[in-house]
Amino acid sequence: MVELLWTDMLIFLLLAAVIGFVLFARRREHLRAPWRQVGRSGVAMASLVVLSVYVLIGLLDSMHYRPSLPVSAQGEPASYSTEILSVFDRMVMHLRDTGEKTYSAPFATHLFVKETVEAADGTVQRIYPRLVHGGGHLQDPHRDRLADILATALRATVVALLLWLLLSSAFIALWARRHGQSLGDAAGQILGGRTATRWRPMLLTLAICLLLIGVLSALSADYHVFGTDKVGEDVLYQSLKSVRTGLVIGTLTTLVMLPFAISLGIMAGYFRGWVDDLIQYLYTTLNSIPSVLLIAAAILILQVYLDGHGENITSVVERADLRLLFLCLILGVTSWTGLCRYLRAESLKLREVDYVQASTALGATHFAILSRHILPNVMHIVLITVVLDFSGLVLAEAVLSYVQIGVDPTMHSWGNMINSARLEMAREPIVWWSLSAAFVFMFTLVLAANLFADAVRDALDPRLR
Amino acid sequence: MTQALLSVLDLATHLGDRQDPVRAVDGVSFDIQAGETFALLGESGCGKSMTALSLLRLLPSSGRIVAGQVLFQGRDVLRLPEACMREVRGGGIAMVFQEPMTSLNPVMSIGEQIAEAVNRHADASDVGSRERVMELLEAVRIPDPERRLQEYPHQLSGGMKQRVVIAIALAGNPALLVADEPTTALDVTIQAQVLDLLSTLQRERGMSILLITHDLGVVAETADRVAVMYAGQIVEQATRDDFFNHPRHPYSRKLFDSLPSMDKRRGDLQVIRGLVPSLQGEFTGCRFAPRCAQVMDVCHEHTPQWCASNGHGVLCHLYADAVDSGADKKMGAGPAVISRREVNAPTPTGGEALLNTHGLEIYFPIQKGLFKRTVGHVRAVDGVGLSIPRGRTLALVGESGCGKTTVGKGILQLLRVTGGQVRFDGQELTTLAGAQLRSLRSEMQIIFQDPASSMNPRMLVGDIIAEGLVTQGIGAGRGEHERRVARLLDQVGMPAQSARRYPHEFSGGQRQRICIARALAVEPKLIVCDEPTSALDVSVQAQILNLLKRLQDELQLSYLFITHDVSVVSYIADEVAVMYLGRIVEQGDVETILRSPSHPYTQALMSAVPRIEKSGGNGNERKVIRVEGDLPSPANPPAGCHFHPRCSRVMPVCLESYPAGKELSVGHSTRCHLYDG
Repeated sequence: MVELLWTDMLIFLLLAAVIGFVLFARRREHLRAPWRQVGRSGVAMASLVVLSVYVLIGLLDSMHYRPSLPVSAQGEPASYSTEILSVFDRMVMHLRDTGEKTYSAPFATHLFVKETVEAADGTVQRIYPRLVHGGGHLQDPHRDRLADILATALRATVVALLLWLLLSSAFIALWARRHGQSLGDAAGQILGGRTATRWRPMLLTLAICLLLIGVLSALSADYHVFGTDKVGEDVLYQSLKSVRTGLVIGTLTTLVMLPFAISLGIMAGYFRGWVDDLIQYLYTTLNSIPSVLLIAAAILILQVYLDGHGENITSVVERADLRLLFLCLILGVTSWTGLCRYLRAESLKLREVDYVQASTALGATHFAILSRHILPNVMHIVLITVVLDFSGLVLAEAVLSYVQIGVDPTMHSWGNMINSARLEMAREPIVWWSLSAAFVFMFTLVLAANLFADAVRDALDPRLR
Repeated sequence: MTQALLSVLDLATHLGDRQDPVRAVDGVSFDIQAGETFALLGESGCGKSMTALSLLRLLPSSGRIVAGQVLFQGRDVLRLPEACMREVRGGGIAMVFQEPMTSLNPVMSIGEQIAEAVNRHADASDVGSRERVMELLEAVRIPDPERRLQEYPHQLSGGMKQRVVIAIALAGNPALLVADEPTTALDVTIQAQVLDLLSTLQRERGMSILLITHDLGVVAETADRVAVMYAGQIVEQATRDDFFNHPRHPYSRKLFDSLPSMDKRRGDLQVIRGLVPSLQGEFTGCRFAPRCAQVMDVCHEHTPQWCASNGHGVLCHLYADAVDSGADKKMGAGPAVISRREVNAPTPTGGEALLNTHGLEIYFPIQKGLFKRTVGHVRAVDGVGLSIPRGRTLALVGESGCGKTTVGKGILQLLRVTGGQVRFDGQELTTLAGAQLRSLRSEMQIIFQDPASSMNPRMLVGDIIAEGLVTQGIGAGRGEHERRVARLLDQVGMPAQSARRYPHEFSGGQRQRICIARALAVEPKLIVCDEPTSALDVSVQAQILNLLKRLQDELQLSYLFITHDVSVVSYIADEVAVMYLGRIVEQGDVETILRSPSHPYTQALMSAVPRIEKSGGNGNERKVIRVEGDLPSPANPPAGCHFHPRCSRVMPVCLESYPAGKELSVGHSTRCHLYDG
């Protein structure tokens, strides 16, 4: 049974909006031109591939359902499990269900801590027991492990490269057909890097991504590539599940903030007078309250509410989701002021521009002027801010979860992983893989987002031209 | 011939992409003798500024000099190492830019900025010398230099800033001063002051000046020799008198013909058809051929050769084979200079006024302090009474800052009117609000100065023109709107396909046509034209003025034409009102105001306009009245007559009371104490 969580709904709404914008912009040259400019930056195209991989994971992880339970008797209505799974969960089921007892290092075949085990002959020993899943298929782990890892990786590499060849030749064929060129010419141009849009770095990044995904998925079938955490859960799985949390925070927060920022910002700038005063006082006041304080208060209130009205929440996932949504809302409420300020300044400038005056002279209403002249001419600022804010918000989530006013502790998130690493780092020998995994995944996402945002700003900001 | 101070040989400068460069300067050669003023004349985009920047090797990063020689005092500037170049810049050749506002650093005082230049170039003894700075300030005739030293650029007016910029340029005692449109951003009275200053400095110091300008009048007033640039090349070069008496190149002749003036009123102005060619790519044949009225077959095929006689050179096939006198005759056989138009003579006055303002006041409050207490008012418009008859043009003339644009916006109710009445077609506008006002707005429209900023860059031209139709609910449905837009585009001489393109794809003149079409869409009776041609080149200005005149004839439009350009006024206006510091000082029909102005300010304004006098030498007949100083602040106008601090004929009574209006003849009134008796 399909289960639509609140954040899922908003994510798909956002996806629809983005697709709508793309369709709208396709027919308008002034909207297309800057994006074509983005396409001319190799770094941007490479970042776009990385971002798409993340977005794909996030989207797959946003399609939730309750698996049906085996039907016990004929004619009985199908019953569903109380557990909510996502399509992505289904795809990485082998990671989800292959828990160990406790910590184990990456690619380990034995547990990280000694345990007292009763041997078959009845003697009691303190040893590092074998893992249930990590390298469970090996006869003699010490002898076979390295060879097995290499062989698996090699197989996966071959498969990944074949897949890449298939994808890129399909792409080249498509491109050749659109531009009316022969296949050979098209391949030469794209692989020689002679196309206006930088397809070559994009294809190369795609190759790297496919390679990583292929090798990781092949190896993760038999090993815990990033090790396991305190309760034996696979760290790779945790990191992958955190992708959605990061993306939700980064995108939904802007979705919440945009209506405030845009409407108040352009109204303040256009109407001036008391409207401007009121809005300015509002955001100056809001800016003076430490946002951490506001967020902590809001999250505590939600916590109290959920504890009091637990009967409406049927599952842990739903509860965590509600808290995530609330976090987005409160982050949005505290972060609209920056954009609002930019928009006010720009609208102050635009209201005096001749075409706005001409429109007034033609008898246009305030609403018409705001929507037809002011809004389209500040959209570039909105876009730049949204893309630049995204990475900041992903990082903010980590910080907030670390101080435990972020997402629900049961929810997978990089912040929670870092939070739990606080204790792991204090152990001797230290458990380093949780923190490293969270760091690598978050770093890649934020770096890609920042590089892409740079290219978008270069293309859209008229002052840089 | 003695060694020239500067000689430029076959200079070529390219911009942008190396494979497909923009040939901004393409084989330019000229000499400048010591002590002369050499004017480089051309329309925007012809490469005249790039030529100047190339001399100093100050090109933007995308530009490069690909060929040629620039010999300055015998040294090839283009081959000098960068370290020596620093000596040449400022010390040998100094430059003055167009915009005095951006040429000065806003956080340094005037004294510091001049001292910086002095220290860079002076001998060791002069370093840090305050005397030298003072001397420079006095040289550029800045009053009260002691006090000005401490002041910052924002405390100075535009004219004063330009003087400071000139002082900085003089700091290194340059032998050549390159002035790139030095007066374009200034008002006529200030322009006259700065031009006077430049020629005085030149006489005193024996300096040469390379004057870059688009203004034929400025050239006529100041230059010794003239070179005309077109599409990256010099097409004609002559002494001033030769050039103004017998211009040879068809382009130069067209430039003269397209200047508006009183005696061309009855007909259309001559226009140069087509557009300035793109400088990207190679040319075959003459670059002016596609726009030339006297084009021959050879023009399209062969590049013309430079033909010179008696120091008057021209780049044109017309002169290739003949001696110049013969060629001049050939030119004379061309079409008449002005194509007379059988137009109904302007209907005599007497028709009732379409618009009347009475005591129109627009004040802007000056607010101070935490609670925004109003401590004073900027009296931008202070009791203006105008009347515009149906189907006629009233020109509102004045310097920038006198409030003429504010009057226009006040009449259209784009600004809140503080006091007075605006009666349009019998309807009082100042009391209207909301929907009533919005529906009446279709009767009055406005055209702005800068066509680039008066259209939303994110809308298609068709949507821009249709905006009025949509807001006023004229014509239902998309199809009807499209038909109307096509008709409007046709009316302003643009192809119907333009509707599906964006404003940035058009040139300045075409954009202004689109703006006119937008204004016409709602079928107005009055159009306020706010300097509609001052951002355009002369040849394009002629097209727009022709269009406005034709539309007036066809649609019986009334124009309130706001401008500072007297030649445009003389061509298009029926009546003129001269404005000074928020008030009308003189009003009358165009003939009277231009030929025999009575108010001292109008007289000064008319005499400050640079004139093109074809006969050189006997320029003494013109009585030159110079106004001193700048326009006072409208927040704190002088007591008595606002003009008295600058007036050459000031009397004691002028300091005490503002003169009442006096009707000198029918329809001609002035506000000056001279005529009280």
